[in-house]
Amino acid sequence: MILPALFFYLFASICVASAVMVIASRNPVHSVLFLILAFVNASGLFVLMGAEFLAMLLIVVYVGAVAVLFLFVIMMLDVDFTQLREGFIQYLPFGLVIGAIFLAELLLVAGGWVMNPNVTKSITAAIPTNVSNTEALGLVLYTKYIHYFQLAGMVLLVAMIGAIVLTLRHKVKVRRQDINVQNARNPELAMEVRKVATGQGLQDADAGSWVK
Amino acid sequence: MAEFWTSTLWPLIIMVAQSLLVLVVLLIAIAYILLADRKIWAAVQIRRGPNVVGPFGLLQSFADLLKFVLKEPVVPSSSNKGVFLLAPLVSCVLALAAWAVIPMDLGWVISDINVGVLYIFAISSLSVYGIIMAGWSSNSKYPFLSALRAAAQMVSYEVSIGFVIITVLLCVGSLNLTDIVAAQNSKWGILGWYWIPLFPMFVIFYVSALAETNRPPFDLVEAESELVAGFMTEYGSTPYLLFMLGEYVAIVTMCALATILFLGGWLSPIPFAPFTWVPGIIWFALKVMFMFFLIAMAKAIVPRYRYDQLMRLGWKVFLPLSLAYVIIVAAVLQFGGLAPK
Repeated sequence: MILPALFFYLFASICVASAVMVIASRNPVHSVLFLILAFVNASGLFVLMGAEFLAMLLIVVYVGAVAVLFLFVIMMLDVDFTQLREGFIQYLPFGLVIGAIFLAELLLVAGGWVMNPNVTKSITAAIPTNVSNTEALGLVLYTKYIHYFQLAGMVLLVAMIGAIVLTLRHKVKVRRQDINVQNARNPELAMEVRKVATGQGLQDADAGSWVK
Repeated sequence: MAEFWTSTLWPLIIMVAQSLLVLVVLLIAIAYILLADRKIWAAVQIRRGPNVVGPFGLLQSFADLLKFVLKEPVVPSSSNKGVFLLAPLVSCVLALAAWAVIPMDLGWVISDINVGVLYIFAISSLSVYGIIMAGWSSNSKYPFLSALRAAAQMVSYEVSIGFVIITVLLCVGSLNLTDIVAAQNSKWGILGWYWIPLFPMFVIFYVSALAETNRPPFDLVEAESELVAGFMTEYGSTPYLLFMLGEYVAIVTMCALATILFLGGWLSPIPFAPFTWVPGIIWFALKVMFMFFLIAMAKAIVPRYRYDQLMRLGWKVFLPLSLAYVIIVAAVLQFGGLAPK
């Protein structure tokens, strides 16, 4: 039992430390890199809890795709750090309110758990041991929760279409590549072979001026 | 104390020893695969390739290793030094980490986890970070452009690799890599492996693997005619070596994954006596080498893609094709009564 505990404290401490560094580091790119470190350690914690499917999904979706695009945007921003500091006082009340709500919720959960340890057991189902993680998720996700699943898919679809509509612009002046036209080109269409007599050159008016 | 020894320390020692064994064998294999890559490329162009160090140039990779390690690493003064030096480590360590779950024979695997194929997918999706971190921290134009290209390219082709993996998973009914190989074990031998029923997906996986590992013809990330050396422009000596190593390990990982998903892993292609006596690891190694030969030939034969063509191929050709094949395979399995229980 020592090994899981050891790994728990390893993952948990790195996770908390990198979460602190996300808000503490001055460089936004460093913040995103620390956020990624926090994600990876959180997925390590998932593995320790026996939720290996969720752990891998966290890495594939959040670290492998979402955080890459996040980093992509942050990297291209030309951030002015002094300007960033100016708004600090202005945003402080919102930050304090959100922080207070989080703190209250955490205290409620921790307090409830201290007073009655069974309270968490009453709302979570037991983890089935006879089926694998993936199978257990699939069994409820596509049967009991199918409507929520479909609804989530629809929300994502609408968001995707929205993003495309917002950014799609057909500029008239831009010359676009048409792959079918490019593939349809063949030597007969693209070039012309002529026999040129030595010392004569081409006489045609339509021949390029460089031909001699 | 005795219980602590048997329950904690001894398994830990075994785990470390197994990892070291796989690491050493893998790195030596990579040294020769790198040489094979150069030799194949040379042979296609009717050159000799490296032939000076050792007989037939067999020690060339080790000479290169010494050359890289003994040189002085140069860190650009305007770079972000921590991230700059972290990037090659990330790239190399992530590539090697994937080998923790790859079964090289029945039971020859460091960690036989339930979600093995998802683990490899996750690790390979992380490998883009090495390139992005290198490109950003170099604080230079070409590496930065390369990092942007890498981010878009690798995320795009991951999508179709994901669908290919899903198709195989539908046929197997398990995410465990050992189960995936076992499901291809039939009395038909090579004809029973998944490369025949899932042939279109095999092709998509092969091409996507080229794009995912930034191999030619999809090496837009380090296209020397446009971006000098891409994200590796500012790197030299050992950090550069780590990038190179990570790149080749990632390629061999993709070959191993193709072997497991489509070519029956360690199974013998001809399912009767003299061939089944051959140890599984040899079949596995031969299949990985065959896949690598295909990838090396692609580098030698095919000219580099244009970037917009690369994006078009990923999103407008492979994505609909693989999505359609997932639906077709699922329908055939469900209505043909072939679905695994």
